Amino acid sequence: MRENKKSFLIINRKAPYGSSAARDALDVALTFSVFEQPLSLLFMDDAVLQLLPNHQANTIGQKNLSANLAMLEMYDIDQLYVCRQALSERGIRPDQISLNITLLDTHAIAALIKQQDQVLSF
Amino acid sequence: MTTDNSTQPHALQVNGLAIPVDPEGYLRHLEDWNEAVATQLAAQEAIQLTEAHWEILRLLRQFYQQFEMSPAMRPLIKAITAELGSDKGKSIYLMSLFPGSPAKLASKIAGLPKPTNCL
Amino acid sequence: MTTLHVINKTPSESSALRDSLIAMSDGDALLLIENGVYATLPAYSEHFSRLTANVQCYLLTDDAQARGLNDLNQDFCGIDYDGFVELSCRYSKVVSWF
Repeated sequence: MRENKKSFLIINRKAPYGSSAARDALDVALTFSVFEQPLSLLFMDDAVLQLLPNHQANTIGQKNLSANLAMLEMYDIDQLYVCRQALSERGIRPDQISLNITLLDTHAIAALIKQQDQVLSF
Repeated sequence: MTTDNSTQPHALQVNGLAIPVDPEGYLRHLEDWNEAVATQLAAQEAIQLTEAHWEILRLLRQFYQQFEMSPAMRPLIKAITAELGSDKGKSIYLMSLFPGSPAKLASKIAGLPKPTNCL
Repeated sequence: MTTLHVINKTPSESSALRDSLIAMSDGDALLLIENGVYATLPAYSEHFSRLTANVQCYLLTDDAQARGLNDLNQDFCGIDYDGFVELSCRYSKVVSWF
């Protein structure tokens, strides 16, 4: 493979389970990891609700997204970012999140997007 | 493959029981898995299970229990390296046990769903 | 004539919650389902401040637990699917906000 790397960012903006957006973003991220390109994930807006731990999704016949997100590290997807303001608006404390994730202020989000070659939004 | 077309379109016959599988031969229900089922699933793929196979299968079941997804090749290798050492955490080793597509084949014999993001 | 108001969106994903709260009368009930259950996070409590004590608030427990909301907000009564059916019958009509 040519050493011609492109950086990708996946933006998550939706709450889990109510639509397929969160699941779709995860599937794309896992598939992308096969190509060994720099990949980042950003959680903003309602997508920060995905980061609440201990989902019991079997009660609604769905796969447990919080278990699946814990797997990102096994795929070497470790550039994870979350919007600090979106967390505080929903009263979620950073220490409630079990993933190793970086808090970003709004201006840092702009900078993160600016430095990517490609951005996908879900 | 032994199928009973009159009752189940896709089923695996193990000790007189019809275990439902999908059209590709993956178990429909995780909890149907046991050693006899694994042996039968492996036999269909012309694999005779040894202890080297079993330790990978057990690790896969453990991975699924923790993350609720079957791993693709890379995370599988990462998990094996962590649990069983770097000698076994190599694709060539997995290819020797589960020829072709190790992640898919080992998941099938471990009774897990097909890894969704395996290219 | 009483109404059961059913909300299935988060407070920020649509104006469903805001609009339903404006449209509520004494004796009505509010039921949060699917992503609507996120409205029970303490951060959103001010949305409900103008509700009178005569409006009963419910949530579908399965939808809350699925999303990791395990410490149920005490202002909401958790119900199961049978309870959902029972509520739908108890009120003279059902309005779904989404």
